[in-house]
Amino acid sequence: MSSWHFGKDISGCGLVGFLQRRGEGVNGGVIIRAICHMDERGNGLGAGFAAYGIYPEYKEFYALHLMYEDMVALSRTESFIQENLHVEHQEQIPHRHLPSIKEHPRLRRYFVRPKRDLSEAQLARGLWVGEDDYMVRIVMTINREIPGAFVVSSGKNMGAFKGVGFPEQMADFFRIEDYDAYLWTAHTRFPTNTPGWWGGAHPFTILDWSIVHNGEISSYGINRRYLEMFGYHCTLQTDTEVVAYLLDLLIRRHGLSKRLACMALSPPLWEEIDRMPEPQRGLCRAIRMVYGSALLNGPFAILFADSHSLVGLNDRIKLRPLVAAVAGDSVYMASEESAIRAICPEPDRVWAPKAGEPVIATLKEYAEDHEDRCQRASL
Amino acid sequence: MRIDANGLHYRELNKRIREAARKGTSRFELVGVNGQRYIADGLEGEVEIHIHGTPGQDLGAFMKGPRVWVYGNAQDGVGNTMDAGKIVVHGMAGDVVGYGMRGGRIHILGDVGYRVGIHMKSYQDKLPVIVIGGKAGDFLGEYMAGGCIVLLGMYGTDPPERPLAGHYLGTGMHGGIIYLRGEIEPYRLGKGLAFEPLDENDRSFLELIIKEFAEDFGKDASEILEEPFTKVKPATHRPYGSMYAY
Repeated sequence: MSSWHFGKDISGCGLVGFLQRRGEGVNGGVIIRAICHMDERGNGLGAGFAAYGIYPEYKEFYALHLMYEDMVALSRTESFIQENLHVEHQEQIPHRHLPSIKEHPRLRRYFVRPKRDLSEAQLARGLWVGEDDYMVRIVMTINREIPGAFVVSSGKNMGAFKGVGFPEQMADFFRIEDYDAYLWTAHTRFPTNTPGWWGGAHPFTILDWSIVHNGEISSYGINRRYLEMFGYHCTLQTDTEVVAYLLDLLIRRHGLSKRLACMALSPPLWEEIDRMPEPQRGLCRAIRMVYGSALLNGPFAILFADSHSLVGLNDRIKLRPLVAAVAGDSVYMASEESAIRAICPEPDRVWAPKAGEPVIATLKEYAEDHEDRCQRASL
Repeated sequence: MRIDANGLHYRELNKRIREAARKGTSRFELVGVNGQRYIADGLEGEVEIHIHGTPGQDLGAFMKGPRVWVYGNAQDGVGNTMDAGKIVVHGMAGDVVGYGMRGGRIHILGDVGYRVGIHMKSYQDKLPVIVIGGKAGDFLGEYMAGGCIVLLGMYGTDPPERPLAGHYLGTGMHGGIIYLRGEIEPYRLGKGLAFEPLDENDRSFLELIIKEFAEDFGKDASEILEEPFTKVKPATHRPYGSMYAY
């Protein structure tokens, strides 16, 4: 038996997420167990969590999670927030002081909504764009114009917690076990092309979209320039950021279904489209032509979420692993089956999703409501 | 030797197996395995390992002789560059099963992922064989240089409307054989490959392989063999010989 010592760590990012389809809260300890089961996939240079349903007392307000590198950034951002938003409540994001986390940014959260008088004044001048678009502009402005200030998340009744460390360190630091959420995603990072810094850890978010990613977005430059035309500006130095904004653009603003948006991000190859029957072929061609600049090239497995669903998606030739499982009313997705079995030892069904074919899990009440609306639409 | 792997890091688990094997232990029963990587990697000799649970990446990589049974699913990279021995998985397996495999057997009862059997090769009496009871994803046998892959499409959980194999089957293949139970659409085949009917040699070789597979899983070999098989082979052993010669 030879004893080899590899000169480098052999690894890749790890991700896991689950949705409790009845909307019942699941303690953060569960997602911690799952992501820490894949410690081998990360190298301690980034980890994070997204949690949905954690701020029921402020669920009408956008929860802004902010990261500040210094006091100047903090005071500039707070005056910008005071000027543009009604702040219902604000506080430090609870965290523990750990010997292993020597430096960390200042962390605060604000529960906000656009100022009513502001929106009315803008409405009168025809400038009002709706609360969600207004909040996207707020996030972009903070990220772009205030040095050292970064918005970690900005959705309602959800939040992202992330930083530099292994997942167990970040979980401990952010007291993830203090939260109960019906939808969790988590990530352990092995940075390859971009720096391991607090803002560059996953998840990436905008409004209530969050995304965790294993792989590389080789089309980052194209995607980024495309997004700039719609007012999204990438500031976080990691390719994954484009996916969060693409989801917001395609699904929320352009009204694509999640399935069609996934087709735009990870479309069938042209030769496959040529073999399809109509009208499927026409639809695929249209999506590829209209959204060519939204196509994600390169190897990836991603999990993305909003307040009512969890979606898993692979690149078109499955260059990164993804496994899904169902147990009762819960749906799980992860880089490795063992991470799912660590928290759900006997799932009803386990499968490996196919390349480019999304796994879409939705809250039960949303699924029924959605079906109902679809049926009414077809009548 | 029985090892409870529950909560055990792969380094500790594999160290225990290697040390015991070195001292002559020839049978291992691993229970509570969940995600531990590199089990039986580079292990040599007459060793039997029974794994209860879900072993992690690169099970049996570089393995030279041992026989491994998995009572559950396996993850990615089963039998990576395996040299000799056998791996039997009573479930499904992930991507890149048998990557660069150069000897031994891998039997998977259920479905497998993408890039299975890529870069397989054979030399003299070394003939690696992978038998897949379920269906396979894209790039099965890509760049295959030798050995044999048998794809049955019978015992997996992929829905019936799914094709037996994905796209680009055997792309770049220049040696070895792939046997398919049933047929696939010609467009799924890599360039320079051809379907051929089985001859007498194929049939007796396949019967031996299927008999062993059926015994491993308690299946009926005659039921597997009653459907016609198709053979996929490269039209020439140097398909790219003139690629750069004008």
